[in-house]
Amino acid sequence: MSQQPTTDLSLPPQPAVAEAGRCLYCHDAPCVKGCPAGVNIPAFVRKVHSGNWRGAARVIREANVLGGSCARVCPTEELCEKECSLRLLGRPIPIGALQRLAWERGTAAERALAERMAWERAAGGGRGASAAAGKRAAVVGAGPAGLSAAWELHARGWDVIVYEASDRPGGQLSLTIPVHRLPREVVAAEIEAIVAAGVRLVTGVRVGVEVAADHLLAENDAVILAAGLGGSRPGGIAGEDRPGVISAEEFLASARQEDGRGLAGAAGEVAGKKVVVVGGGNTAMDAAVTAARANAARVMVVYRRTAREMPAWPREYRGALAAGAEFLWLTQPVAFEGKSKEGPVAKVRCVRMSLGAPDASGRPAPRPVPGSEFTLEADLVIMALGQGPNREVIRAFGLDADGAGRPMVDPAGRASKAKVFVAGDLANGGATVVQAVAEGKRAARTADGGQASQITLPRGRWGSDDR
Amino acid sequence: MTVDLSVDFCGLRFENPFVLAAAPPTDGAEMVARGFEAGWAGAILKTTSVESEPVSLVYPMMIGMDLDGRRLAALENIDLISERHIDQVEKDVRALKREFPKKVVAASIMGAKKEHWEELVRRLEAAGVDLIECSFSCPHGMPERGMGSAVGQNPELTERTARWVKEAARRVPVVIKLTPQIADITAAAEAVKRSGADGVTAINTVKGLMGVDLDTFVPYPNVGGYSTYGGISGPAIKPVALRCVAEIARKVDLPISATGGVTTWRDAVEFLLLGARTVQVCTEVMRHGYRVVEDMVDGLSNYLEDKGFSGVGELIGKALPRVVEHSQLPREGRVRAHVDPERCIRCGVCYVACRDGGHQAIRFGADRLAQVDEEKCVGCGFCVTTCPVPDCLTLHSARAREGQAAS
Repeated sequence: MSQQPTTDLSLPPQPAVAEAGRCLYCHDAPCVKGCPAGVNIPAFVRKVHSGNWRGAARVIREANVLGGSCARVCPTEELCEKECSLRLLGRPIPIGALQRLAWERGTAAERALAERMAWERAAGGGRGASAAAGKRAAVVGAGPAGLSAAWELHARGWDVIVYEASDRPGGQLSLTIPVHRLPREVVAAEIEAIVAAGVRLVTGVRVGVEVAADHLLAENDAVILAAGLGGSRPGGIAGEDRPGVISAEEFLASARQEDGRGLAGAAGEVAGKKVVVVGGGNTAMDAAVTAARANAARVMVVYRRTAREMPAWPREYRGALAAGAEFLWLTQPVAFEGKSKEGPVAKVRCVRMSLGAPDASGRPAPRPVPGSEFTLEADLVIMALGQGPNREVIRAFGLDADGAGRPMVDPAGRASKAKVFVAGDLANGGATVVQAVAEGKRAARTADGGQASQITLPRGRWGSDDR
Repeated sequence: MTVDLSVDFCGLRFENPFVLAAAPPTDGAEMVARGFEAGWAGAILKTTSVESEPVSLVYPMMIGMDLDGRRLAALENIDLISERHIDQVEKDVRALKREFPKKVVAASIMGAKKEHWEELVRRLEAAGVDLIECSFSCPHGMPERGMGSAVGQNPELTERTARWVKEAARRVPVVIKLTPQIADITAAAEAVKRSGADGVTAINTVKGLMGVDLDTFVPYPNVGGYSTYGGISGPAIKPVALRCVAEIARKVDLPISATGGVTTWRDAVEFLLLGARTVQVCTEVMRHGYRVVEDMVDGLSNYLEDKGFSGVGELIGKALPRVVEHSQLPREGRVRAHVDPERCIRCGVCYVACRDGGHQAIRFGADRLAQVDEEKCVGCGFCVTTCPVPDCLTLHSARAREGQAAS
């Protein structure tokens, strides 16, 4: 999963109400189409404007059970806010900031209400008995896609158990997204709410090892695979196995393990070191920012194309620059060298690149410039070249996969085997959190036979329903 | 080119039409002096009374109304007349006239009986006041004691009381400040005319109740767990004030000093065009200070130059011929709404507005472009008020070709 730019905008209530007051409540609102999860944005913005915080949170949750996390990590300027009609008149509605505030205040009000009422009524909006009652589902992976699928199935009356291989649910939300962007208590509260509503969550259990795939298939009416990506994609660079060369995922995960005593693992030892980050995606930017914030002596990002071709979002790039990271464009590492044969990395041998004709990705293909080799000093090399699919899970369920090892999935989320559905990074190869949420929801709906959700909401005629 | 901003009101020359209304910003010579230095042409000192008149204030006495995050769309006060009685106001008048001989120093007065009014007039004239304004219009507190709007709401009382004051005044003009809490404000203005008084100020605050606290169920402002009705001022009341000024100007031959919701020079120009000769301001001064007069003077001056007027006098009453009774409005011309496809941002706001608030005359297709159905559109104009894009939705005469605005 690639990382998402932070929505570090936070608005206090009064300016938020003023911003909400600018909303045009467009007919057939374009912002909703810009949201992968399909949050009814005009409906919740109206509720922010009226001070109906609990109602606003409920509208968001109906489409996105991780609405608080997404409000912080969604690239809203690339999604909902990009479609806002007011962009044509100047400034779009700050939808991400409003969603964050609505979620914070709405869930706080829900918690207060839950002291007097059953949580079920406060948070679930009156989920009742369902026609699907009695159906059972297993969800593999407690990341955004798995949690979203579990919530959706639970809301439709299913009995759901989520199996998480690690000790900590949340997937990338808990593993690699830096805490400065997504505080762990935000994720924890969201997961707590899902569990409190009745979704069962089992952690530290690997499907295919401790629990057999066949067992899950035999015991359940549907199995939703949302196990995310596996190991980092190797760069094929000499010396990649030296100490001091680690994956961005490992580095970022160590940075999230801070427990009041400072950063753990590699991130905890980065202070004063010379760090080289290899890659040009949002994960590379996250690693660079995290290393810079952990007081690295120098953070150098090397990327084989230029800023123009780099897949990282502009806001993320600006964030890395602001944090003090430096960039070496048109540079490809060719070897990680140490002072001894097996010793830790000390230098990165690089070659300059030049851009040629477009390749399969449509971007100019980088080619090495002969005789241009040079070396960079490095105490730590962070590889951020993306991750591959989680092959164990695909093998355990015997799913058909494509050449890159990704499972074959139809547009409704069905895998090549009956009762098995795939969602999130495992299906899409790595996209935004909100995309994973949308896919989890979609897989759940497909599993439920496309029946309408049992979540009963007062359907305001504000957004895409408004026909 | 310079323009003449001065106006004549009841025989007094004001260097510009901007006057500080009788209110907290004029409660004392030190404050008014700062107002004069900022550029106000005149000030009406906060309403005073004879020394024996009790003034029992409560706190808090002010509460604002926000609109979509904008503060002070309206202000409510349950303040009363000044705690500074006539003995102090006499001193204020003397000090101000000495220091600012070219500014108009007026005083506002309120009396419980004829002798009080007469005494107030006599002492103010002796102090050198330029003009006396009588509050027949405060909507809270005073009416319970037979004063304020209790007088202004009754044309007979208005005429009788105004006559006492006018007859007592040997030298200075007398102006009566009217309340909008009356079925026909022109009846009150005509009563003033019959009394022989020199002019009117319109309007005092509009009686209202600002809101209720949803948690405590106590209305605003909360005075120890209770509340009462108050006087509303600020931008929200401007349409009421404009209507009152126009009604008086069209029917009664008296100079008018306008007040009610003036925030900028643009508001002031509207009042002048509807027949006012001076414009009084309170709420905006309380909010942003005496300095707001700088842009009022500057903006008015630039406007006059841009329009080719030589002075404020040419504006006064210029819009009045365009105000008629409903039955006299032209009925032959037809207008239709028109959407400029180049400007339309495809939001559909007008579509929803016409669908649920009008005549289902706007189509909204797959291309999201709003299109007016000329057969169904009656030209009500509501959609124009909702369009967020300047000059995108406009009204055109039915037969005019695209691009030609209705005259």
